[in-house]
Amino acid sequence: MSGTGARENVFATRMALTNTKLRLKGAQTGHSLLAKKRDALTTRFRAILKKVDEAKRKMGKVMQLASFSMAEVTYATGDISYLVQEQAKQATFRVKAKQENVSGVVLPAFEVERTAGSDFNLTGLGRGGQQVLRAKEVYAKAIETLVELASLQTAFTILDEVIRATNRRVNAIEHIVIPRLDNTIRYIMSELDEMDREEFFRLKKVQGKKKRDTAARDAEQAEREQAVDEDQLLAALDKGTGDLLSTKDDDVIF
Amino acid sequence: MTTSFKDRNLLAVIGDEDSITGLLLAGIGHINEHQKKNFLVVDAKTQVSAIEAAFNEFTQRKDIAILLINQHIAEKIRLTVDKYQQAFPAVLEIPSKDHPYDPSKDSVLKRVQKLFGDA
Repeated sequence: MSGTGARENVFATRMALTNTKLRLKGAQTGHSLLAKKRDALTTRFRAILKKVDEAKRKMGKVMQLASFSMAEVTYATGDISYLVQEQAKQATFRVKAKQENVSGVVLPAFEVERTAGSDFNLTGLGRGGQQVLRAKEVYAKAIETLVELASLQTAFTILDEVIRATNRRVNAIEHIVIPRLDNTIRYIMSELDEMDREEFFRLKKVQGKKKRDTAARDAEQAEREQAVDEDQLLAALDKGTGDLLSTKDDDVIF
Repeated sequence: MTTSFKDRNLLAVIGDEDSITGLLLAGIGHINEHQKKNFLVVDAKTQVSAIEAAFNEFTQRKDIAILLINQHIAEKIRLTVDKYQQAFPAVLEIPSKDHPYDPSKDSVLKRVQKLFGDA
Protein backbone atom coordinates (compact mmCIF):
# COMPACT_ATOMS: atom_id res chain seq x y z
CA MET A 1 0.00 0.00 0.00
CA SER A 2 1.03 3.57 -0.47
CA GLY A 3 0.51 4.45 3.15
CA THR A 4 3.43 2.34 4.33
CA GLY A 5 6.87 3.86 4.71
CA ALA A 6 7.95 7.45 5.04
CA ARG A 7 6.98 9.89 2.36
CA GLU A 8 7.21 13.56 1.63
CA ASN A 9 4.50 15.82 2.86
CA VAL A 10 2.96 16.95 -0.40
CA PHE A 11 -0.45 17.48 -1.83
CA ALA A 12 -1.45 14.86 -4.32
CA THR A 13 -1.48 16.89 -7.49
CA ARG A 14 -0.19 16.29 -10.97
CA MET A 15 2.42 19.00 -10.49
CA ALA A 16 3.70 17.43 -7.28
CA LEU A 17 3.89 14.12 -9.12
CA THR A 18 5.98 15.63 -11.91
CA ASN A 19 8.24 17.35 -9.40
CA THR A 20 8.71 14.22 -7.35
CA LYS A 21 9.45 12.19 -10.44
CA LEU A 22 12.10 14.71 -11.42
CA ARG A 23 13.58 14.57 -7.96
CA LEU A 24 13.66 10.79 -8.04
CA LYS A 25 15.52 10.93 -11.32
CA GLY A 26 17.95 13.44 -9.81
CA ALA A 27 18.49 11.24 -6.78
CA GLN A 28 19.20 8.24 -8.99
CA THR A 29 21.71 10.20 -11.05
CA GLY A 30 23.34 11.50 -7.89
CA HIS A 31 23.49 8.02 -6.49
CA SER A 32 25.26 6.60 -9.49
CA LEU A 33 27.67 9.54 -9.58
CA LEU A 34 28.51 9.21 -5.92
CA ALA A 35 28.94 5.48 -6.28
CA LYS A 36 31.39 6.13 -9.11
CA LYS A 37 33.23 8.67 -6.98
CA ARG A 38 33.40 6.19 -4.14
CA ASP A 39 34.83 3.55 -6.41
CA ALA A 40 37.45 5.93 -7.77
CA LEU A 41 38.43 7.00 -4.27
CA THR A 42 38.58 3.44 -3.03
CA THR A 43 40.88 2.47 -5.88
CA ARG A 44 43.14 5.36 -5.00
CA PHE A 45 42.87 4.55 -1.33
CA ARG A 46 44.03 0.99 -1.85
CA ALA A 47 47.02 2.13 -3.88
CA ILE A 48 47.95 4.54 -1.11
CA LEU A 49 47.48 1.90 1.55
CA LYS A 50 49.92 -0.34 -0.21
CA LYS A 51 52.41 2.51 -0.53
CA VAL A 52 52.01 3.47 3.13
CA ASP A 53 52.73 -0.08 4.16
CA GLU A 54 55.85 -0.21 1.99
CA ALA A 55 57.08 3.21 3.04
CA LYS A 56 56.68 2.38 6.73
CA ARG A 57 58.83 -0.66 6.33
CA LYS A 58 61.40 1.27 4.29
CA MET A 59 61.47 3.94 6.97
CA GLY A 60 62.53 1.33 9.51
CA LYS A 61 65.63 0.56 7.48
CA VAL A 62 66.44 4.19 6.74
CA MET A 63 66.18 5.22 10.34
CA GLN A 64 68.40 2.33 11.36
CA LEU A 65 71.03 3.58 8.96
CA ALA A 66 70.67 7.09 10.33
CA SER A 67 71.04 5.91 13.90
CA PHE A 68 74.17 4.08 12.89
CA SER A 69 75.74 7.19 11.40
CA MET A 70 74.80 9.05 14.56
CA ALA A 71 76.64 6.44 16.55
CA GLU A 72 79.67 7.06 14.34
CA VAL A 73 79.48 10.73 15.13
CA THR A 74 79.25 10.09 18.84
CA TYR A 75 82.23 7.80 18.59
CA ALA A 76 84.32 10.31 16.68
CA THR A 77 83.28 13.58 18.30
CA GLY A 78 81.78 12.72 21.60
CA ASP A 79 78.38 13.87 22.70
CA ILE A 80 77.21 16.75 20.56
CA SER A 81 73.55 16.62 21.46
CA TYR A 82 73.64 19.52 23.86
CA LEU A 83 75.53 21.68 21.41
CA VAL A 84 73.16 20.87 18.59
CA GLN A 85 70.08 21.50 20.66
CA GLU A 86 71.36 24.86 21.78
CA GLN A 87 72.34 25.97 18.30
CA ALA A 88 69.03 25.22 16.68
CA LYS A 89 67.42 28.55 15.88
CA GLN A 90 65.79 28.65 12.48
CA ALA A 91 64.68 25.65 10.57
CA THR A 92 66.59 25.19 7.34
CA PHE A 93 64.75 22.02 6.58
CA ARG A 94 61.14 22.79 5.88
CA VAL A 95 58.32 21.26 3.94
CA LYS A 96 56.05 22.80 1.38
CA ALA A 97 52.53 21.61 0.79
CA LYS A 98 51.33 20.96 -2.71
CA GLN A 99 47.83 20.07 -3.75
CA GLU A 100 46.71 17.12 -5.71
CA ASN A 101 43.18 16.55 -6.88
CA VAL A 102 41.57 13.12 -6.85
CA SER A 103 37.96 13.28 -8.06
CA GLY A 104 37.18 16.45 -6.21
CA VAL A 105 39.19 15.68 -3.10
CA VAL A 106 42.17 17.88 -2.40
CA LEU A 107 45.07 15.82 -1.19
CA PRO A 108 48.12 17.62 0.12
CA ALA A 109 51.55 16.39 -0.80
CA PHE A 110 54.52 17.61 1.17
CA GLU A 111 57.69 18.55 -0.53
CA VAL A 112 61.06 19.00 1.06
CA GLU A 113 62.42 22.50 0.98
CA ARG A 114 65.98 23.01 2.12
CA THR A 115 67.62 26.34 2.48
CA ALA A 116 71.36 26.42 2.28
CA GLY A 117 73.45 27.65 5.15
CA SER A 118 73.76 25.66 8.28
CA ASP A 119 73.69 26.49 11.93
CA PHE A 120 76.10 23.79 12.81
CA ASN A 121 79.21 24.95 10.98
CA LEU A 122 81.30 24.71 14.06
CA THR A 123 80.10 21.33 15.17
CA GLY A 124 82.85 18.79 14.91
CA LEU A 125 85.42 21.41 14.12
CA GLY A 126 87.88 19.76 16.44
CA ARG A 127 87.40 16.24 15.26
CA GLY A 128 84.89 14.09 13.49
CA GLY A 129 83.77 16.81 11.11
CA GLN A 130 83.42 14.34 8.31
CA GLN A 131 81.25 12.05 10.34
CA VAL A 132 79.06 14.96 11.37
CA LEU A 133 78.68 16.00 7.77
CA ARG A 134 77.82 12.50 6.73
CA ALA A 135 75.34 12.08 9.55
CA LYS A 136 73.73 15.31 8.43
CA GLU A 137 73.30 14.01 4.92
CA VAL A 138 72.03 10.64 6.05
CA TYR A 139 69.51 12.26 8.33
CA ALA A 140 68.40 14.63 5.60
CA LYS A 141 67.80 11.62 3.37
CA ALA A 142 65.93 9.91 6.17
CA ILE A 143 63.73 12.94 6.69
CA GLU A 144 62.96 13.04 2.99
CA THR A 145 61.66 9.51 3.31
CA LEU A 146 59.71 10.53 6.38
CA VAL A 147 58.18 13.50 4.60
CA GLU A 148 57.16 11.28 1.74
CA LEU A 149 55.59 8.91 4.19
CA ALA A 150 53.87 11.78 5.95
CA SER A 151 52.20 12.96 2.76
CA LEU A 152 51.06 9.42 2.07
CA GLN A 153 49.72 9.16 5.57
CA THR A 154 47.93 12.49 5.33
CA ALA A 155 46.40 11.43 2.04
CA PHE A 156 45.38 8.21 3.72
CA THR A 157 43.67 10.02 6.58
CA ILE A 158 41.88 12.51 4.35
CA LEU A 159 40.81 9.87 1.87
CA ASP A 160 39.55 7.69 4.67
CA GLU A 161 37.41 10.54 5.93
CA VAL A 162 36.11 11.45 2.47
CA ILE A 163 35.33 7.85 1.61
CA ARG A 164 33.38 7.52 4.80
CA ALA A 165 31.40 10.68 4.05
CA THR A 166 30.75 9.52 0.49
CA ASN A 167 29.66 6.12 1.70
CA ARG A 168 27.30 7.73 4.12
CA ARG A 169 25.81 9.82 1.34
CA VAL A 170 25.48 6.88 -1.03
CA ASN A 171 23.74 4.84 1.63
CA ALA A 172 21.49 7.71 2.64
CA ILE A 173 20.35 8.19 -0.94
CA GLU A 174 19.94 4.49 -1.54
CA HIS A 175 18.09 3.62 1.64
CA ILE A 176 16.31 6.82 2.65
CA VAL A 177 15.89 9.33 -0.13
CA ILE A 178 15.00 7.03 -3.02
CA PRO A 179 12.48 4.88 -1.08
CA ARG A 180 10.88 8.01 0.28
CA LEU A 181 10.49 9.53 -3.17
CA ASP A 182 9.19 6.19 -4.43
CA ASN A 183 6.65 6.13 -1.66
CA THR A 184 5.65 9.69 -2.40
CA ILE A 185 5.14 8.90 -6.06
CA ARG A 186 3.10 5.83 -5.22
CA TYR A 187 1.06 7.82 -2.74
CA ILE A 188 0.35 10.59 -5.24
CA MET A 189 -0.56 8.07 -7.92
CA SER A 190 -2.98 6.25 -5.66
CA GLU A 191 -4.50 9.52 -4.49
CA LEU A 192 -4.89 10.69 -8.07
CA ASP A 193 -6.48 7.38 -9.04
CA GLU A 194 -8.79 7.68 -6.11
CA MET A 195 -9.66 11.20 -7.16
CA ASP A 196 -10.27 9.98 -10.70
CA ARG A 197 -12.64 7.35 -9.45
CA GLU A 198 -14.41 9.86 -7.26
CA GLU A 199 -14.69 12.25 -10.14
CA PHE A 200 -16.06 9.52 -12.36
CA PHE A 201 -18.57 8.57 -9.72
CA ARG A 202 -19.55 12.20 -9.26
CA LEU A 203 -20.03 12.66 -12.97
CA LYS A 204 -22.17 9.56 -13.06
CA LYS A 205 -24.19 10.93 -10.22
CA VAL A 206 -24.56 14.29 -11.93
CA GLN A 207 -25.53 12.61 -15.13
CA GLY A 208 -28.07 10.48 -13.34
CA LYS A 209 -29.50 13.52 -11.62
CA LYS A 210 -29.67 15.41 -14.88
CA LYS A 211 -31.39 12.51 -16.51
CA ARG A 212 -33.85 12.28 -13.68
CA ASP A 213 -34.42 16.02 -13.79
CA THR A 214 -35.01 15.97 -17.51
CA ALA A 215 -37.33 13.07 -17.19
CA ALA A 216 -39.24 14.84 -14.46
CA ARG A 217 -39.38 18.02 -16.45
CA ASP A 218 -40.54 16.17 -19.51
CA ALA A 219 -43.20 14.42 -17.54
CA GLU A 220 -44.32 17.68 -16.02
CA GLN A 221 -44.41 19.38 -19.35
CA ALA A 222 -46.34 16.56 -20.84
CA GLU A 223 -48.73 16.75 -17.97
CA ARG A 224 -49.03 20.48 -18.31
CA GLU A 225 -49.63 20.21 -22.01
CA GLN A 226 -52.26 17.62 -21.40
CA ALA A 227 -53.82 19.84 -18.77
CA VAL A 228 -53.83 22.76 -21.15
CA ASP A 229 -55.47 20.64 -23.78
CA GLU A 230 -58.09 19.55 -21.36
CA ASP A 231 -58.61 23.10 -20.22
CA GLN A 232 -59.06 24.29 -23.74
CA LEU A 233 -61.48 21.50 -24.43
CA LEU A 234 -63.34 22.24 -21.29
CA ALA A 235 -63.35 25.93 -22.04
CA ALA A 236 -64.56 25.21 -25.49
CA LEU A 237 -67.21 22.95 -24.15
CA ASP A 238 -68.15 25.51 -21.54
CA LYS A 239 -68.32 28.15 -24.12
CA GLY A 240 -70.43 25.94 -26.34
CA THR A 241 -72.97 25.16 -23.71
CA GLY A 242 -73.09 28.59 -22.35
CA ASP A 243 -73.62 29.96 -25.73
CA LEU A 244 -76.32 27.58 -26.29
CA LEU A 245 -78.10 28.38 -23.10
CA SER A 246 -77.63 32.07 -22.75
CA THR A 247 -77.85 33.47 -26.22
CA LYS A 248 -81.02 33.90 -28.02
CA ASP A 249 -81.00 32.80 -31.53
CA ASP A 250 -82.82 34.95 -33.96
CA ASP A 251 -83.64 32.03 -36.06
CA VAL A 252 -85.54 30.27 -33.35
CA ILE A 253 -89.10 30.78 -33.98
CA PHE A 254 -90.60 29.19 -31.01
CA MET B 1 40.62 22.04 7.93
CA THR B 2 42.29 21.62 4.58
CA THR B 3 42.41 25.34 4.04
CA SER B 4 45.30 26.08 6.34
CA PHE B 5 47.87 23.55 5.28
CA LYS B 6 49.64 26.07 3.07
CA ASP B 7 51.11 27.75 6.14
CA ARG B 8 52.34 24.57 7.67
CA ASN B 9 55.96 24.08 6.84
CA LEU B 10 57.71 22.92 9.97
CA LEU B 11 58.47 19.51 11.32
CA ALA B 12 58.25 18.79 15.02
CA VAL B 13 59.86 15.96 16.96
CA ILE B 14 59.25 14.20 20.22
CA GLY B 15 62.03 11.76 20.72
CA ASP B 16 65.05 10.53 22.61
CA GLU B 17 68.28 12.42 22.59
CA ASP B 18 69.93 10.62 19.70
CA SER B 19 66.98 10.91 17.35
CA ILE B 20 66.58 14.57 18.16
CA THR B 21 70.26 15.30 17.64
CA GLY B 22 70.26 13.62 14.27
CA LEU B 23 67.13 15.35 13.09
CA LEU B 24 68.32 18.71 14.33
CA LEU B 25 71.61 18.20 12.52
CA ALA B 26 69.63 17.85 9.33
CA GLY B 27 68.18 21.26 10.10
CA ILE B 28 64.64 20.87 11.27
CA GLY B 29 65.15 22.68 14.58
CA HIS B 30 63.17 25.86 14.96
CA ILE B 31 62.59 28.28 17.79
CA ASN B 32 59.81 30.74 17.15
CA GLU B 33 59.29 34.27 18.38
CA HIS B 34 57.75 33.04 21.62
CA GLN B 35 60.88 31.00 22.32
CA LYS B 36 58.92 27.82 21.73
CA LYS B 37 60.95 24.90 20.47
CA ASN B 38 59.56 22.48 17.97
CA PHE B 39 61.22 19.50 19.61
CA LEU B 40 61.06 17.73 22.93
CA VAL B 41 63.82 15.57 24.28
CA VAL B 42 62.42 12.66 26.23
CA ASP B 43 64.59 10.64 28.57
CA ALA B 44 63.84 8.12 31.27
CA LYS B 45 62.95 10.86 33.74
CA THR B 46 60.43 12.70 31.57
CA GLN B 47 56.91 12.58 32.93
CA VAL B 48 54.19 11.06 30.78
CA SER B 49 52.08 14.16 31.36
CA ALA B 50 54.87 16.32 29.92
CA ILE B 51 54.98 14.16 26.79
CA GLU B 52 51.24 14.38 26.45
CA ALA B 53 51.28 18.14 26.89
CA ALA B 54 53.97 18.46 24.19
CA PHE B 55 52.02 16.17 21.89
CA ASN B 56 48.89 18.23 22.31
CA GLU B 57 50.79 21.48 21.87
CA PHE B 58 52.46 20.32 18.66
CA THR B 59 49.25 18.97 17.21
CA GLN B 60 47.49 22.23 17.91
CA ARG B 61 50.15 24.52 16.51
CA LYS B 62 49.27 25.96 13.14
CA ASP B 63 52.73 25.96 11.61
CA ILE B 64 53.61 22.30 12.00
CA ALA B 65 53.02 19.99 9.08
CA ILE B 66 54.49 16.77 10.38
CA LEU B 67 55.00 15.56 13.93
CA LEU B 68 57.60 12.86 14.36
CA ILE B 69 57.46 10.81 17.50
CA ASN B 70 59.60 7.90 18.58
CA GLN B 71 57.59 4.76 18.70
CA HIS B 72 58.57 3.81 22.22
CA ILE B 73 57.46 7.25 23.35
CA ALA B 74 54.23 7.05 21.40
CA GLU B 75 53.70 3.78 23.23
CA LYS B 76 53.61 5.70 26.51
CA ILE B 77 50.81 7.95 25.34
CA ARG B 78 49.22 5.37 23.06
CA LEU B 79 45.68 6.37 23.93
CA THR B 80 46.26 9.98 22.95
CA VAL B 81 48.01 8.98 19.76
CA ASP B 82 45.29 6.53 18.79
CA LYS B 83 42.64 9.11 19.46
CA TYR B 84 44.35 11.60 17.21
CA GLN B 85 42.68 11.29 13.82
CA GLN B 86 43.30 14.62 12.15
CA ALA B 87 45.14 14.89 8.88
CA PHE B 88 47.16 17.93 9.97
CA PRO B 89 49.69 17.73 11.35
CA ALA B 90 50.48 14.22 10.27
CA VAL B 91 51.73 12.17 13.19
CA LEU B 92 54.49 9.80 12.19
CA GLU B 93 55.87 7.14 14.45
CA ILE B 94 59.56 6.59 13.85
CA PRO B 95 61.88 3.98 15.24
CA SER B 96 64.68 4.96 17.59
CA LYS B 97 68.12 3.59 18.07
CA ASP B 98 67.31 1.24 20.92
CA HIS B 99 63.81 0.34 19.80
CA PRO B 100 63.43 -1.22 16.36
CA TYR B 101 60.33 -0.44 14.41
CA ASP B 102 57.30 -2.58 15.12
CA PRO B 103 54.61 -2.12 12.46
CA SER B 104 51.97 -3.87 14.53
CA LYS B 105 52.02 -1.07 17.12
CA ASP B 106 51.72 1.85 14.73
CA SER B 107 48.32 3.51 15.10
CA VAL B 108 48.07 4.24 11.39
CA LEU B 109 49.13 0.77 10.37
CA LYS B 110 46.64 -0.63 12.83
CA ARG B 111 43.94 1.22 10.98
CA VAL B 112 45.33 -0.04 7.68
CA GLN B 113 45.21 -3.56 9.00
CA LYS B 114 41.67 -3.07 10.22
CA LEU B 115 40.57 -1.74 6.85
CA PHE B 116 42.19 -4.61 5.02
CA GLY B 117 40.87 -7.09 7.51
CA ASP B 118 37.22 -6.38 6.93
CA ALA B 119 37.52 -5.35 3.32
